[in-house]
Amino acid sequence: MASSQSIAYSPIAIVLHWLVALLIVAAAALGLYMVDLEFSPLKLKTYAWHKWLGVTVFLLTALRLTWRLLRPVPAPLAGMPAWQARAAALVHAALYVLLFVIPLSGWLMSSALGVPVVYLGVVPLPDLVAKNEALGDQLKLVHGVLNSTLLALVCIHVLAALKHHFIDRDAVLARMLPFLRYRS
Amino acid sequence: MIPARLPASLLLFLACIATAHAQRVTAVDPARSEVRFAGRQMGVPAEGRFNRIKAQVEFDAAKPASGRASVEIDLNSVDVGAADVNTEVKRRPWFNVNAFPAATFVSSSMRQTAPGRYEAQGKLTIKGQARDVVAPFTVREEGKDVVIEGAFTLLRLQFGVGDGPWADTDTVANEVQVRFKLVGPAAK
Repeated sequence: MASSQSIAYSPIAIVLHWLVALLIVAAAALGLYMVDLEFSPLKLKTYAWHKWLGVTVFLLTALRLTWRLLRPVPAPLAGMPAWQARAAALVHAALYVLLFVIPLSGWLMSSALGVPVVYLGVVPLPDLVAKNEALGDQLKLVHGVLNSTLLALVCIHVLAALKHHFIDRDAVLARMLPFLRYRS
Repeated sequence: MIPARLPASLLLFLACIATAHAQRVTAVDPARSEVRFAGRQMGVPAEGRFNRIKAQVEFDAAKPASGRASVEIDLNSVDVGAADVNTEVKRRPWFNVNAFPAATFVSSSMRQTAPGRYEAQGKLTIKGQARDVVAPFTVREEGKDVVIEGAFTLLRLQFGVGDGPWADTDTVANEVQVRFKLVGPAAK
């Protein structure tokens, strides 16, 4: 049996994982709420906050990948079928890609619609494309499709983790959620 | 000391000769003139312009004190670059264009502040609220035209622009920079 050290994620990886998870939920909830608001100060505020959350997710994802290079993630649990390990790796990779591409599509959309992104109201980000309303509308669609894809992948990710914990009763979820005792 | 001041006054004199009679304008061409404004929402720069303005300017660089200007801005011609926001800013909390279709600036008090630099003191009226403003400007020749260009900053809430919930200046800044460029043929 592997020691608990070798199967655990590093505390920094764990904190970043849950922080990004929280920010994604917040950004998604805000995104769905803000689009239907009438033109109001609250609408301007929520759009700004949504963009700040997106930029933060982008930055934290870059940090997570850097951390992964410095502290490689634990190997799949011994005894896990190869297809499951491959599927998990594939979903993780797709999630990382989306966590970069979704904020990027939002930033592109914002540029195309002629509203620059100013991170936290302080740091102006450069416009990625010139103002082009038609392109902005297309990017809106792209942003939506990418987010639906993210939702589907997050569902698979969460259901797989729960399946490992409650049905397989292995350490997969516990190593990302240390206060859970894994029950063998 | 006279010797030290001489070159400066000589320069000023030469500058006056160079500008006298040339930088004079009486008619402004609205198609080539523009009034723009820039503010901030949530720290994001937001710009707009008015597409229809009317202006009469009497200005002679040789006699700045006798200058006068009258500018009328059709607030229905506001363009902030997004159709839905254009509709919103014409409504009651912002310009309320149905009740106040035009903003005006009237000045009969101008002075020179430095060589080539002037300022116009006048009354700016938006939404029925008149305020004194000082608009610094420069005058230059461009071919057969005289170009008057300047900018000043106003506080939108002094004019009730964006009232009610929009009075929250953490969301939309109170300061709005107004930039104007008036172009007219040089008069003899």
